[in-house]
Amino acid sequence: MKFSVGQTLSSPVDTTTVIVVRASEADAEITCAGVPMFDPRTGSAPEGTADPAQQGGSQLGKRYADEALGLELLCTKGGAGTLAVNGTPIPLRDAKPLPASD
Amino acid sequence: MNLTMLLDMAADGFGERLVVGSRNGGLTARRLRELALAGAQAVQDAGGDAIVYLAVNGPAFQVALFSAAYAGIPLVPVNYRLGEEQIDQVLANHPRAYGIVDSRERDIVARAGLDSRSPEEFLAGAAELADAGKGIAEPVWAQGPAVIIYTSGTTSAPKGVLLKHENLASYVFGTVEFASADADDAALMSVPPYHIAAVSNALTNLYAGRRVMVLENFSPDRWLELVRTEAVTNAMVVPTMLTRIMHATDVDISVPSLRSLAYGGAKMPLPVIEQALREWPHVEFVNAYGLTETSSTVTVLGPADHRAALETDDPAVRARLASAGTAVPGIELEIRDEAGTVLPAGEPGLIWIRGDQVSGEYAGLGSAVDERGFFFTRDQGRLDADGYLFIEGRMDDTIIRGAENIAPAEIEDVLLRHPDVADAVAVGVPDEEWGQRIEAAVVGRAGATLDLEEVRAFVRQHLRGSKTPDRIVCWDELPRTVTGKLLRRDVVQGLVGRDQPVGG
Repeated sequence: MKFSVGQTLSSPVDTTTVIVVRASEADAEITCAGVPMFDPRTGSAPEGTADPAQQGGSQLGKRYADEALGLELLCTKGGAGTLAVNGTPIPLRDAKPLPASD
Repeated sequence: MNLTMLLDMAADGFGERLVVGSRNGGLTARRLRELALAGAQAVQDAGGDAIVYLAVNGPAFQVALFSAAYAGIPLVPVNYRLGEEQIDQVLANHPRAYGIVDSRERDIVARAGLDSRSPEEFLAGAAELADAGKGIAEPVWAQGPAVIIYTSGTTSAPKGVLLKHENLASYVFGTVEFASADADDAALMSVPPYHIAAVSNALTNLYAGRRVMVLENFSPDRWLELVRTEAVTNAMVVPTMLTRIMHATDVDISVPSLRSLAYGGAKMPLPVIEQALREWPHVEFVNAYGLTETSSTVTVLGPADHRAALETDDPAVRARLASAGTAVPGIELEIRDEAGTVLPAGEPGLIWIRGDQVSGEYAGLGSAVDERGFFFTRDQGRLDADGYLFIEGRMDDTIIRGAENIAPAEIEDVLLRHPDVADAVAVGVPDEEWGQRIEAAVVGRAGATLDLEEVRAFVRQHLRGSKTPDRIVCWDELPRTVTGKLLRRDVVQGLVGRDQPVGG
């Protein structure tokens, strides 16, 4: 699936919600607890059960980035499942300070 | 992306933290959300398709901003200092708006056919609904913009800049870390609600978890008092405010709680920022450049750059104190000549900007970006080799004397270096021989007597003869907007006399 910046993605199996803040042209599969995430505004939740081995959780306000894929997700609602892209867990983004002007 | 996400996250992540108002009686994030949901219900019940906010800044502004977002309609903060005709023009664009209006303006609004209530009435109504457990059950996902800000047109009807949810939200997500502020942080904003900084700062501070207070009627004494009594850690001012604080005599200007001071909106006189850096060595200074159309800041000169410029011997680094800094993430800058060719570093030209936070769309006028998505700022400037942007002035302010283009900024910078000059402006006035000739108006520092011929000689020492003003007059103050932007047309009128035609 291709993702676009600004898109909201929800987990079908827990409360995790993210928005895409960076995306490249590449096709990718984004999952939470092993189940594909979906855009609640355009699609419906796919079937699936949470993978008990992917319960690393995600935290409200944190950013998860896969630099190689140019993908960055911002967690707008925390949840229990692990965020992964193409099967690989997405790590927390490197803490580079943002140049806040306010 | 939607602004409602910011408040939902805030209420979720730090619901009990004070985010709006004073330490005594302010609103928590959770309460702000309750009031906003209730406000959205009230607006929906009244059938409003926009919220017109025509009042001073305050907690009602924040509630209104998010009420509009939850109701899926735009917030339209209107400049109450506009002339009646211009306010009528703006209101005519929103005939079904829900009005939140200061008592002074109720007549104008009634004339436009809008019903209205005061900010206090709006808040009280929202509180009543919220306490009864009522609020909009299904927030509406906006189809249109989040905020419409009318840019002050001095020559034509105000143009409405459409700030979409994506523009504003991407600006916040791109520049702020969620909940990054300490619980004790407090921000003080001194700009009116119709200024883009009021909108963007309300959002960035909320997302960071920083309490915001507002000082609408600025005076150095009042600002200093508020900073000290509320233990303000972050403040945002326009340059004229900092100038007034630095030039205040017999006043204690200590601000022990202040950690960060951001400024923007107009050019900062170099002597003022240098003085502030020395008077407040514990404060981090940030210069933010941006326009309404770019959802606020596009370039930032950060605290390290400020200090480095003050302490260095390297002229290139020192010069950066007069720059607007470097682009924020997600923003691209280009300097182009009049034909549209992109120019290399060091060459002066016209500033063009691209990025997700750039609105580039005016109400009724469609897109204002070119085929590559770049927006023209109408500002002139150049980039140095490291990407620092130096702004040289508005394209329309250039003085054309004979065959020479002269930037007023160059002359003003020299005038401001004179120890007895507190404020200065240089403009072109109509001239039969030259097209335009240069004249300047200056304001003397308190307690100083200005010798205008000596000031002219001072300018000639630093600039070529052709850039020395033919005449310099001394005024008590220069005509500026409340956010500190110089009204150059008014300066020209003042210099030539109101009954003479003003060309160019």
